[in-house]
Amino acid sequence: MAPPSNRRPGADRKAQYGLFVSYVIAVAVVAVGLLMLIISIADPTGFSALRATGSEVTRPVAASLKSVILGIGNADEAVSAYINAGSQNAALRRQVDANRTKLIEAEAIREENARLKRLLRLTDVESDTVGAAHLISSTAVSAARIARLDIGAARGVAPGMPVRAPEGLVGRVLRVGANTADVLMIIDDGNVVPVRRTKDNVPGISRGRGDGTVEIRALNTESNPFKPGDIVVTSGIGGLYRPNIPVAVVARLEGDRAVAIPLANPSRIELVAVQRPYQAPATAKGDAAAGDSPSPARQTTTPAR
Amino acid sequence: MNGRYESRLARDRHVLHTGGTPVVTVLAGSILPALLPIVAQTPLLPPLGFMIFIAWRLLRPDIWPLWIGLPLGLADDLMSGGPIGGAVVLWTLVLLGLEVESRRPFWRDYWHDWMSAALAIGFVLFFSWVFVRLAGNGGPLVQILPQIAYGIGLFPLVVRMCAALDRWRLP
Repeated sequence: MAPPSNRRPGADRKAQYGLFVSYVIAVAVVAVGLLMLIISIADPTGFSALRATGSEVTRPVAASLKSVILGIGNADEAVSAYINAGSQNAALRRQVDANRTKLIEAEAIREENARLKRLLRLTDVESDTVGAAHLISSTAVSAARIARLDIGAARGVAPGMPVRAPEGLVGRVLRVGANTADVLMIIDDGNVVPVRRTKDNVPGISRGRGDGTVEIRALNTESNPFKPGDIVVTSGIGGLYRPNIPVAVVARLEGDRAVAIPLANPSRIELVAVQRPYQAPATAKGDAAAGDSPSPARQTTTPAR
Repeated sequence: MNGRYESRLARDRHVLHTGGTPVVTVLAGSILPALLPIVAQTPLLPPLGFMIFIAWRLLRPDIWPLWIGLPLGLADDLMSGGPIGGAVVLWTLVLLGLEVESRRPFWRDYWHDWMSAALAIGFVLFFSWVFVRLAGNGGPLVQILPQIAYGIGLFPLVVRMCAALDRWRLP
């Protein structure tokens, strides 16, 4: 059906050489590609100039389309919701019960204040927002869960900055262009967030599962202390994320870990705030250093594994 | 010659028209996911750029020079957000693989092309996932299976589109 390839050289010596050269070039292209691949895997923020060009080119269209269409991103959710409607229903019911995130956050802050007052009257500066932004697109083809913001270095956004929505934590900035920034969402496997349970401060680690949920693991792993319906917020340990940002609500348990649904659904969020990396208060910082947690400066350059 | 066809037959086409159309369509397929205002929670869209790329290759076996994976793959990498260089390597390997395959003298039909495309889509998506995992991101393998499935399922549609463009492209 398809016509035969013109690359059959036959007895023509010149054509044979031409064919050989084209294979050599193809192998060279593979070698160059592998080299670029190794560089970009070793340094995820590398090639940022190249990437920024790409994202700046697509920004105007993506930003204007975003204002037209909102909510198509829920299509996959709708399909999966249809497939496992039963368990999803139970999980959603629990989530609805627990969804008054503003209240929870306020409660958590109040509790935190009481605890801080009990300590050495420590306070931290609250107004640390760099700017408000829209999530305009994402890596819908790639397996990495990265979303794109419509503000960038020109507005003071830098790699490592936490990004949150009114509903809860979204992720942290991975790389920036002049007017765009890529956000590694908390649902990505490469994003680890120190969290605590709101009720009783059980500390844990949240990590993305790549399918729209996160897994919560308690730090002391004798038994799984979490129960469905539990709400976890950022603990502020190790810096970067300031305390008491809502993260997720536990949906079900799987062995020593809990599967939780993020409170900020990235496909429904309109506005997000980019914040400055959180600096733990002086005394707490000493504790964090003793507890061998990564410092915020380190986290900005290397992704937490 | 009937006057009705005179305007369409044997017209002079600019080289950008004949040579540029496939390149532009592949670039458009790569850019489209970055333009859509979707914040996906799982890999949601099929690899449209690669599907158009391989559809052209199967329609016209000599359309792509073997180095074309460098510029087109690089553009796809920039738009997809995965590690840069992944598509460059994978697209060039697929071209080389099809080159070897097309040297075997047997009859090719629609199903054969579809199967080659299915293998290529599976190969590219699987190794893209491996590269993303090596970079420390992503999620479990299960999440790319639907993507592979509708990539393969939608492929005949992409071939139809490329064939229609091919008729428009050539004099």
